[in-house]
Amino acid sequence: MSAAVAVGAVPAIALHEVQFRYGGAARRPPVLEAVNLEVAEGEFLGLVGPNGGGKSTLLKLVLGLLEPERGSVRVFGRPPREGRALLGYVPQFRTFASDFPISVVRAVLQGRLGQTRRLFGYRREDHAVALRALAAVSMAELAERPLATLSGGQLQRVLIARALACAPRILLLDEPTANVDAQVESSLFDLLRELNRELTIVVVSHDVGFISGYVSRVACLNRRLVCHETSALSGEIIAEMYGGAAQIIHHHTHLDPGDSHSPGAGAGGPR
Amino acid sequence: MMGDFVAALAAQGFLQHALAAGLLASVGCGVMGPFVVVKRITFLAGGIAHAVLGGMGVAAYLGGSPLLGALIAALAAALMIGAVRLRASEREDTLIGALWSVGMAVGILFIARTPGYNVDLMSALFGNILMVTGDHLRLMVALDLLLLIVVAAFYKQLLAVAFDEEFARLRGVRVTVFYLLLLCLIAITVVLLIQVVGLILVIALLTLPAAVAAQYVNSLSRMMLIAVLLGALICTGGLALSYGPDLPAGATIILLAGGVYLLSTLAGRVLRRG
Repeated sequence: MSAAVAVGAVPAIALHEVQFRYGGAARRPPVLEAVNLEVAEGEFLGLVGPNGGGKSTLLKLVLGLLEPERGSVRVFGRPPREGRALLGYVPQFRTFASDFPISVVRAVLQGRLGQTRRLFGYRREDHAVALRALAAVSMAELAERPLATLSGGQLQRVLIARALACAPRILLLDEPTANVDAQVESSLFDLLRELNRELTIVVVSHDVGFISGYVSRVACLNRRLVCHETSALSGEIIAEMYGGAAQIIHHHTHLDPGDSHSPGAGAGGPR
Repeated sequence: MMGDFVAALAAQGFLQHALAAGLLASVGCGVMGPFVVVKRITFLAGGIAHAVLGGMGVAAYLGGSPLLGALIAALAAALMIGAVRLRASEREDTLIGALWSVGMAVGILFIARTPGYNVDLMSALFGNILMVTGDHLRLMVALDLLLLIVVAAFYKQLLAVAFDEEFARLRGVRVTVFYLLLLCLIAITVVLLIQVVGLILVIALLTLPAAVAAQYVNSLSRMMLIAVLLGALICTGGLALSYGPDLPAGATIILLAGGVYLLSTLAGRVLRRG
């Protein structure tokens, strides 16, 4: 599909003719329709699109948390449930209680589950991996801090560290900068660019202007999916999308659902 | 007053049994209470506790051991509630409420029909720590050991399921199995506490020491340690306070637990403001 995939190499992520809808067949319009996507190993893919366009749904299909109605999803050539161990996931919404009594390092250690012994506590190697993951996101000195006392940006770094502790080959991030200010946003993306030297990264964002400075390819998702190389993105496409160079300044501009590059017909309303 | 209690404790076997039962109950509620508090399933634990009366009533009617009936009913209630919650289909709170009341109704019907009325309804509801037998203590030791071994062996998984179920599932933890295991361990704890404070008062002893601990520490394991020690102090103190004026021991223990929780919460507020 993509020219970036070397002949014979297994793509890190491959979606073929994927269709998905919530609430069972026929009751609601599909969230995703005829989605084809291949992510090569080492790529840094930005997944953009309007709210309700299906970005988080696509990640959950890759993770095997949802099953497609039609089509296939593969992670390194395997079904998601088997390929899952190779994925590190940073969810959009916190999936735990904000006041849970746990230290930063204990939360990160949970990334070792599935790769450590089954009975009793974590091994010494697991602690070493967790501390390395925290060091990678510049949070090593806060290892013993209670998780509940962190700021939004610090919490995002810890969640990335938890995903890194899984020793993944692909990192999936869902709106990692939704709740942080612009300065933290750039430092998080600098960190992701750093991590991209060793990992394949897929990052979901509603902010195409901002991420196009970091990612190697942008996929626009609004029920259907269209890919752009970032080099192509810098030309007329961005002008069409946002009207001139305004995207650099207006970091929180949303994609207009009626935009010419959102090929799904009709508005991408909330699902 | 304390002197009287200590003297009586030295002389009276039933008081020694009562104190031992209080301490053994503290271990169970201290280890499992933190899970109930952080997972916010107090209402669920309450449903299990009250459904237990049905099992006790049926067991008494059939001439079996009420405690065995309690254990079976507690585990059955835990599995039923857990199964419904994991399907995420029916309204979990409605089912808990139904089990709560229906379990008690079944218990009361069967106890009323039991010839000789050999189950003391009041002690099932409010506990009777002064009537604890040696057999009962041995059973409590066994259940405590079971809880400690299982929690130590699967601490990682239980913590992960309590903290973030979605992430645990993605890491290959069998979330369904461990969630049901957690509920079964809570059911065992409830049975452990019934003789001490009764099934109506169980919830306070299960959650209050853990809730106080949560105000001071930031890890589940430390919460457990503090909750065990606090539970032991509260059970011993309640027993001692109730002995002189001949008050019901279970109710005194619960009032003491409530008082400690209130004081700790208020002290925390004042300290944070100051």
